[in-house]
Amino acid sequence: MRPSWRMRTACGRRAGDTLFDSRLALGNFPSTFEIKRVGSNSVEAFEKLKLLSRATLAFIFKEGVIVAADSRASMGGYISSQSVKKIIEINPYMLGTMAGGAADCQFWHRNLGIKCRLHELANKRRISVTGASKLLSNILYSYRGMGLSVGTMIAGWDEKGPGLYYVDSEGGRLKGTRFSVGSGSPYAYGVLDNGYRFDMTVEEAAELARRAIYHATFRDGASGGVASVYYVGPDGWKKMSGDDVGELHYKYYPVVPTPIEQEMVDAPAA
Amino acid sequence: MECVFGLVGDGFALVAADSSAVNSILVHKSNEDKIMILDSHKLLGASGEAGDRVQFTEYIQKNVHLYEFRNGIPLSTAAAANFTRGELAQALRKSPYSVNILLAGYDKDIGPSLYYIDYIATLHKVDKGAFGYGSFFSLSMMDRHYHSGMSLKEAVDLVDKCIVEIRTRLVVSPPNFVIKIVDKDGAKEYAWRETIKDAEEPTA
Repeated sequence: MRPSWRMRTACGRRAGDTLFDSRLALGNFPSTFEIKRVGSNSVEAFEKLKLLSRATLAFIFKEGVIVAADSRASMGGYISSQSVKKIIEINPYMLGTMAGGAADCQFWHRNLGIKCRLHELANKRRISVTGASKLLSNILYSYRGMGLSVGTMIAGWDEKGPGLYYVDSEGGRLKGTRFSVGSGSPYAYGVLDNGYRFDMTVEEAAELARRAIYHATFRDGASGGVASVYYVGPDGWKKMSGDDVGELHYKYYPVVPTPIEQEMVDAPAA
Repeated sequence: MECVFGLVGDGFALVAADSSAVNSILVHKSNEDKIMILDSHKLLGASGEAGDRVQFTEYIQKNVHLYEFRNGIPLSTAAAANFTRGELAQALRKSPYSVNILLAGYDKDIGPSLYYIDYIATLHKVDKGAFGYGSFFSLSMMDRHYHSGMSLKEAVDLVDKCIVEIRTRLVVSPPNFVIKIVDKDGAKEYAWRETIKDAEEPTA
């Protein structure tokens, strides 16, 4: 019966269960078993798509944190957009990157921004990057196995200086100095690891990030579009650049006229 | 490819674990500390799925601390091990935690002890134990060379032998290991065995 089923979901509801709320409103009442099944289907679908479209990276260096990402969204073999914002501004001194499911990342980053602001209001001080990443990680852990697909890096500057955490929908959370997430990440890691020095200037670091994203988009079909680079310093984040990777290609590898070895000549008219 | 192993020596217990955080073929981090210091005289070495490992071990740590705050005395190693196993068992038929744990501790009256707790809530008090693919190599090494009452130097030599064997024979062996010991003076980090040095995290 409807009322008793509604009671069951109300009892089982956790904070943040807005997904299920909208399904109830539509009038079709899937049983809890069906919701689980939908979840596991989307897990399979996401397993196929999850690593398929991102090249995002972030690293800490002397002056702060650099965050960079491409802007392509793909659905299988179809490029659905070349202008997706994959770097999400949580608040003026914290950024999150988006990899995996676009809706999941956008929603949960927005949700994280709300929780961070509430923390500020309740405690009269800004939340640390450690705290913000732990908030997100705990939320994602509670939704484990239900098909969320989020692979994000939380980068920011707090009282302890620059902070960078990798958080994913498996519930994993890692503190580190260099991360790259997405299908293009192995290519980006290579360039990033090789060119990284702790004591770079902001411009050198931005150029390294731009180059790493470019190389990832060059080799990975699911990454492309515009390489955006952000810098997070003591005064908050600032967008450094947004360059089309096609144009970057010719900037890094300009066309050099090469001599033609063999030229096809028309056969002389008989 | 995660390796955790441990053994009991003369007046101390030792746990060693690899320190790589991996996602399919990508190594995200090579200096991840997987041996949690549960309280002043307990170590919890854990291997398993990313979220589960951290969440479950932190949960156990907070509950151990809570007991100490509430009752004024710390839990014994046996009690902590049984509590951990109980939590794993409770969750087993609902949403199991896939974490394998080696819990090492020192009690004033009993001395050092090591508990083997696997992901389906098996609990054994052991002298030596290992988890992961590395266990195929470290268990026989420990069986061959272990004897009760090993000194710290002998024990660390044995651990190094196991690490060398893992590095030689395991196809995707982890590059770095961390070794922690617990003795009458408390739980502390003993050493790292690194082949790849990650960039140091900058201090403010």
